[in-house]
Amino acid sequence: MSAAAAPKLEFSQGDRVHVKDMTPPNHHRTPWYIKGRRGVVLEFIGMYVNSETRAHGDSGMPELPMYRVEFEQTHLWFDYAESPSDKLWIDLYEHWLERAE
Amino acid sequence: MPAVHDRGGWPTDDPIDREEHEWADWERQTQSLRTVLDNKGFMNVDELRRGIESIAPAEYEASTYFERWSASIETMLVEKGVLTIKEIDDRAKALRDRWGYPS
Amino acid sequence: MSEDKDRGGFFDTGWRPSGDVHRDEDGRPHDHPGVREDVGLGVRASRALAMHELLVEKGVIGEGEVDEMTEAVNKRVPSNGATLVAKAWSDPEFRTKLLEHPKETVIESGFVPEHNADIIVLENTPEVQHMVVCTLCSCYPTQLLGPPPDWYKSFSYRSRAVTEPRAVMSEFGLELDEETEVRVVDSNSELRFLVIPRRPDGTDGWSEGQLATLVNRNSMIGVAAATEPGTD
Repeated sequence: MSAAAAPKLEFSQGDRVHVKDMTPPNHHRTPWYIKGRRGVVLEFIGMYVNSETRAHGDSGMPELPMYRVEFEQTHLWFDYAESPSDKLWIDLYEHWLERAE
Repeated sequence: MPAVHDRGGWPTDDPIDREEHEWADWERQTQSLRTVLDNKGFMNVDELRRGIESIAPAEYEASTYFERWSASIETMLVEKGVLTIKEIDDRAKALRDRWGYPS
Repeated sequence: MSEDKDRGGFFDTGWRPSGDVHRDEDGRPHDHPGVREDVGLGVRASRALAMHELLVEKGVIGEGEVDEMTEAVNKRVPSNGATLVAKAWSDPEFRTKLLEHPKETVIESGFVPEHNADIIVLENTPEVQHMVVCTLCSCYPTQLLGPPPDWYKSFSYRSRAVTEPRAVMSEFGLELDEETEVRVVDSNSELRFLVIPRRPDGTDGWSEGQLATLVNRNSMIGVAAATEPGTD
């Protein structure tokens, strides 16, 4: 994470977001089971190197905003049988998120 | 169908096997080699993962963890022109001729 | 890959130079049980050794460089993380610092993160249980816990941790109240997660050193509880 000047952020804490449902051919770290699902932004966690381009020989710059997003387990898994209060947390780059109404 | 490495939620009832395998030297060497190559700018951790993810699905599933790492290191070194497949083939054969083949 | 199909598996990859260090389930080094020269080289083992030899011959890497790295890697053991947890249990100021400025605090404590990865510390309480998985690969705070255990990298854990975390924890001996909220953390980026488990009852007045003995590796991944005093 860099200590650079505050970036312009698309999302803030509490925003409801969709994870984009896409499968680009390049290396990426958005698992299938949250694609297209709705979650809530918990916090902006910082600017991070773009691993999606760095995996292909690039420097991974510029750094990108990353957010911690929370999902309801019962929303991710239709037959989730444990507790309705359970959550899943994952850190996602901004370009994977779109605003949900 | 998710890609073969994208394992979250795949249907399985297999219990978690908590037995630790005993590391072979080549596995420890592979782990360290990856970091050494990273420090020298030959492959970063994202490239390691891309190389692992490019392993054919059946091969991925049949391989052990460091077999996947080592295959990825090989992919990256060949891609970047540091080593050739032929060199590795020849040297690997020489090593097996010397140390034996598993029965 | 070559035409050979023999894989060698875990044990019979054969050749082991001397000086190897092996670890028990909690990552502590123990003596090597012996050399297996009679077993032969599997395909991948032979290619790994071949690459290493070739890289040294070409001068891409120095002869002892990988071994030196292995020595450094062997210093990464779960007691590193346990030291931090025990200090956080004992020292409220340190606990706050570790939670709020984890990377700086970890570095100040002498543990340098691998490839500059960020570190996040999450605290388990009676209300919340964090449990870490990497469904895509094996992200793990190696500088604090050593190399990830085999089960953490297994297909079954990577699959089930997200769909039935409580069932998984139960296999590790941890039964949670239904009121406790489970937060499965899928570690898939530039961040590595360390979990502070709940401090066991009956440990008032214990020193940091004593407390650290209760902080087992699995509790710092969040799949298990810290060891109860007297159970070891």
